[in-house]
Amino acid sequence: MSGADPLTRPAAPVERRVDAIQSVLDEHGMRPGEFIVQADHLVEEKWVPENGARVVAKAWTDAAFRARLLADGKTAVAELGYDMPRHHRHLVILENSESVHNVICCTLCSCTAFTIVGLPPDWYKDLEYRARIVRESRTVLREMGLDLPAEIEIRVWDTTADTRYMVLPTRPPHTESWSEEQLAAIVTRDSLIGVARL
Amino acid sequence: MDGIHDLGGTQGFGAVRHAPDAKAFHEGWEKRVNALYSLAVRLGVFNMDEYRHAIERMEPRHYLTASYYERTLTSLATLCVEKGLCTHEDLERRAGGAFPLALASAPGRSNAATRERFHAGDRVRIKADHVPGHVRMPAYIRGRVGVVVAESPPYPFPDAHAHGVASDDEPTYDVRFSTAELWPSSADAAYVHVGVFQSYLERAPEK
Repeated sequence: MSGADPLTRPAAPVERRVDAIQSVLDEHGMRPGEFIVQADHLVEEKWVPENGARVVAKAWTDAAFRARLLADGKTAVAELGYDMPRHHRHLVILENSESVHNVICCTLCSCTAFTIVGLPPDWYKDLEYRARIVRESRTVLREMGLDLPAEIEIRVWDTTADTRYMVLPTRPPHTESWSEEQLAAIVTRDSLIGVARL
Repeated sequence: MDGIHDLGGTQGFGAVRHAPDAKAFHEGWEKRVNALYSLAVRLGVFNMDEYRHAIERMEPRHYLTASYYERTLTSLATLCVEKGLCTHEDLERRAGGAFPLALASAPGRSNAATRERFHAGDRVRIKADHVPGHVRMPAYIRGRVGVVVAESPPYPFPDAHAHGVASDDEPTYDVRFSTAELWPSSADAAYVHVGVFQSYLERAPEK
């Protein structure tokens, strides 16, 4: 019964292990079946990158909101109806510019402002991104399709505490007359994490 | 702990397998186990620091070969056993086979005896602490000097909170390091910002 089991005995199929733990929680009256249905709604419908996209579009079109967002992200996104878990006490907005590019990671696990930018995509949680982005940011971004000119300063943000981050991308110049809805539609999850520019 | 999870700056990994439409979940059980661990946190069975630490305590070969959500499953199951909701044997009987759990925890610690308030622009050094239990200081900043850019509201101190040790909440500081300071002549030029708990920091002399 040691944790060295995976080295000596093949583990039971993962679904069976999930079933096992679910049945334990069920016997303790925690109603896991009901919560799984609720959580499915949250991850599919509620905690989506479209939230962050709407925040960005609003910041691009409303200077007063942008100022509030940069001063206190968590309070500002709440104006648009977006909440964050209790343990995320702080949301810091990282503003890109023509000369600065921000990118987010979590080297120790895979923390994100998931209620605002969506649940992290698989690559964000992979060992490769966690190991390399802090040390080889320009190379990794180039490999991921973002070839930044040498004069752009890169700022990597490692989410090691419970402060959460979201990148505020620069607004593309050709969008001057666009509505907030049109603008929100071009803001991608990758641009909120900082592995793409718009 | 100086564990296998502490990957920042580790060399030898290949390309990131990236796609613009990459999914968060690939199989139904992944969403299910994500919900189950989140339910256990909501109901107070364990907190997020205990959850993270139980992932870090996975046997290194298991950690490296498990998928992200298998690590979630292993932490959840380990903590349910440690909190007395079930036994390991019981889990294995229900699963119909081996159910690998994380290894035992080392003791935690409380806040540093003296802590200083810092402000944006202050130069700080990360103390050269080696901590057997949970810690949120990635090894790549240990002993390094950076500049404070911001202060957060107070948070539970993870080194204590993951172990049921009494402690005060304390702020974290976003500290900016140049990659030249972290990995001299062996990194792409950039700034890396790390959220650092107050207990991990001491004032560094002005240049």
